Amino acid sequence: MNDLLNQPVTRRSILQSAAGLGLSFLMPALNLKAAEQRGAERTKSLLILWMAGGPSQLETWDPHAGSATGGQTKAIKTALPGAAISSLYPQVAEQLGELNIIRSLTSKEGDHERGTVYVKTGYRPDPIFTYPAISAIVASRLKNRDLEIPAHVSLGGGQWPARGGYLGASHDAFRIFNPGRHINNLKSMVGKDRQAQRLKSLDVVTSAFARGKQLQVERTLHQHTIDQALQMMSSEQLKAFEIGDEPEAVQDAYGDSQFGRGCLVARRLLETGVRAIEVTLNGWDSHASNHEGHVTQSQMLDPAFATLISELKQRDLLQSTIVLCIGEFGRTPKINPLDGRDHWPNWFSCIVGGGGLAKGLVIGETDPAGTKDATEPIPVNDLYATLLQQLGIDHEEETMTPIGRPIALSDGTPVGKLLS
Amino acid sequence: MKRIIAPLTVVLGVFALCFAAVRPPQRIQTNSPESIVAADDLSESVSVVDGFLETQWRTEGVAPAAQADDLQVLRRLALSLMGTVPSLEEVRQFEADEAPGRLERWTLRYLQDDRFADYFAERLARSYVGVEGGAFVIFRRDRFVSWLAEELRKNTPYDQLVRVMVASEGLWTGEPASNFITSAVAEDNLDRNKLAARSARAFLGQSIDCAQCHDHPFNENLREADFAGLAGQFGRVEVAALGVHEMSMSGPDMKSKKKKKEGDDEDEEADEPIPDPAVPFGKDWLPDDGTTRQKFAVWLTHAENRRFERAITNRVWGLMFGRPYVTPVDDMPDPPAADQPDLLDVLGADFRQHGYDLRHLILTIASSRSFRLDSTHPATDSDELAAAEEAWAVFPLTRLRPEQIIGSIIQSSWVRTVDQNSHLVVRFMRFTKENDFVNEYGDLGDQELDQDLGTIPQALLRMNSEVTRDAVKTDLMTASTRVAGMCRDDESIVETAYLICFCRKPTPPEEEHFLSLLAEVSKNEKSRIVEDIFWALFNSPEFSWNH
Repeated sequence: MNDLLNQPVTRRSILQSAAGLGLSFLMPALNLKAAEQRGAERTKSLLILWMAGGPSQLETWDPHAGSATGGQTKAIKTALPGAAISSLYPQVAEQLGELNIIRSLTSKEGDHERGTVYVKTGYRPDPIFTYPAISAIVASRLKNRDLEIPAHVSLGGGQWPARGGYLGASHDAFRIFNPGRHINNLKSMVGKDRQAQRLKSLDVVTSAFARGKQLQVERTLHQHTIDQALQMMSSEQLKAFEIGDEPEAVQDAYGDSQFGRGCLVARRLLETGVRAIEVTLNGWDSHASNHEGHVTQSQMLDPAFATLISELKQRDLLQSTIVLCIGEFGRTPKINPLDGRDHWPNWFSCIVGGGGLAKGLVIGETDPAGTKDATEPIPVNDLYATLLQQLGIDHEEETMTPIGRPIALSDGTPVGKLLS
Repeated sequence: MKRIIAPLTVVLGVFALCFAAVRPPQRIQTNSPESIVAADDLSESVSVVDGFLETQWRTEGVAPAAQADDLQVLRRLALSLMGTVPSLEEVRQFEADEAPGRLERWTLRYLQDDRFADYFAERLARSYVGVEGGAFVIFRRDRFVSWLAEELRKNTPYDQLVRVMVASEGLWTGEPASNFITSAVAEDNLDRNKLAARSARAFLGQSIDCAQCHDHPFNENLREADFAGLAGQFGRVEVAALGVHEMSMSGPDMKSKKKKKEGDDEDEEADEPIPDPAVPFGKDWLPDDGTTRQKFAVWLTHAENRRFERAITNRVWGLMFGRPYVTPVDDMPDPPAADQPDLLDVLGADFRQHGYDLRHLILTIASSRSFRLDSTHPATDSDELAAAEEAWAVFPLTRLRPEQIIGSIIQSSWVRTVDQNSHLVVRFMRFTKENDFVNEYGDLGDQELDQDLGTIPQALLRMNSEVTRDAVKTDLMTASTRVAGMCRDDESIVETAYLICFCRKPTPPEEEHFLSLLAEVSKNEKSRIVEDIFWALFNSPEFSWNH
């Protein structure tokens, strides 16, 4: 989509293609499913399941059942040999064979906003400028010329969505607040004829303004942005945002939750060729009643995550899609007087795999007593250097920032054993 | 059902009362003593600025643009001082005001409007405390912004305002300026480095953040040791249950007591010595008496500290023009040699000589020739245009910030001015819509003066969102309804819509186009065309760019 910046779409070309749409049923399906190859040949994508609020590692992927820090959580075996996870995730347990668990992610940011910036970008927040989220980097580097919808999508809201940072606001994630139910702002508010009349009027008004300042007005790219928006509004690929034609059984498998619908939409977007997606699951900030909170969360995460992995496998998309399930930090080993767990950036867990990464690894081991640091600590920037390398992006590539300082896409060191 | 209605009525009633009580109706402005700006004095300041730029234009052979239409200047003023376009009510009053000096008079009128204090307080607060929520309970951003707005209402001298902020003591609620300090609390620890870096950016216009770890790469005057010295200026601040307070000089050696956490290594960063306070230049400006922070505040605002006046004049220039005189606003190069002053020195000196009077500064910029130039320039190629833009010989085209777009959409959907005197429903609508819109449009936070191009989601939001739908529809008491129902003829419909959205009358081709659309339909269908006119105007570059 961003390539279009270099190839301005004119109003006329939009109108021509719009006129052509009437006959589109006669043409070969250029729609979502035909748009992308499958398997290892396909250009890779990144899908982040963002656990907003900071999930407890002990109630998810790193339980210490029966220890002082373990709380009420029980552990179950998984398809990943030797790795047990919380019994709240029986469906994810079955899918883990294709993935890896990292139990020793580390961060120094224990505040939600700062932690989110760090874990979304791999850099600690800087007051002078904004780093791009890893998903923005991926979408900006792995181009898809056939894509008419945004290459970077954020599903399900969340307070701090992935931003383009110094790459520019055009790389901000396109936000869909209620995925599968409502595509905000993508439908014209009036019928086709009236919309055409409105656009004609807009042309008249724009020309009057541009008189005498053609150069300045062209430089704003205002009209170009509108044309791109119109192209998006009339694109067949918009169907990727809808789930109505998915079989009921599939919709049920993902679960009747906003997050479940988000994961289903994410799968459809991947099939259409969207390069970077985040799906947010809010509600992990369990300062009180941690266990109960995590039970509720697991009822949304378990079916959605597991069905997503299983479907990606079935559709031969897992080979080309890195899936990362992560939040801004973990939670304290110690349970507080309100039966809650507080913020804990010192070590926390994520699940990562697909896209040709190694599989079946459990990296890092944490102390059941919660006092000693995790073994094999992995700072988040190391994880991102790994992912970028696996996606074929040179993580050391430097970009000139607005403050005149060149900055590497990631300053981490790839984790060798994750690379296959 | 009855059981629900009674409590609901009470809740709604209380809510409405609170809302009304919090924002008292705007005072009727009369000629207060401070409103009488000595005309000669202002014109002297303006002629210094004009003289500087005109000399530059002559020397560089740059032709200035023609003078802009007064109504367009009024639009710029309303956008930069209140974040909205002028209402039709104001446009009509302005047109009726035929006495000389009406733009100065209207600038002053806006400066005395509560909307200015509230709007400018939010803009300035972004550089002092950022936009983050910060630490729960002890950082009250809302109180800080209200305090700043009140100071702007009183027109407190800027240097005094900064001194109060930097040296503030007391509770974040009772002494709201102290939130400047508590905004730097994270994880129960006061981040003195953050205060040092923020002070340098906000009050000196210089970014020293990188000097926290190494010498500044481009500025040899900023070394790692300088950063440590500035952080040391906040070394004696303590944030405790009774608020912000400065420990005495004779106390024990200061250590930064980081709250220990379970799992922290015993010796890791727990007791970090706090560096001694020091300043990177102007050591003579430090007074002998006062607490460390009081002395630092005096140093920052010292009359010889050119960086202080340059930083604020550059920021205000940026807020007025949409583009700072020097970019980026918080990472300016060192000031030029004293015998080669630039415009910021000229404006800064005038600002200082006028007692750091922010209103005088704004009036001077607003009355300068440069601010009143047209955004159209006779340049024939992009190089010539760039030279004119560089020399401020043409008003720059800059993208409006999200709060200006929504402010303008809301104002354009009403005929009367939307302010504290507006109907409760209108004010409530503005409050809720504004926040949602800014969030969805993309808030740039404290980097809001950075220029970037518009995005597709923003175009979609302007074209298809509920906000636009509500603003154009003709089934409520919106401007479009009034225009459709009350204008005497088609010409008047088109002209009024243009004045509401653009502050100008339509050009002949525009008028012809819309008149032909109106002529094609019956009287009952006119409102549909009026909605379409408003939609087209809202989506044009003229609406969402400052010009």
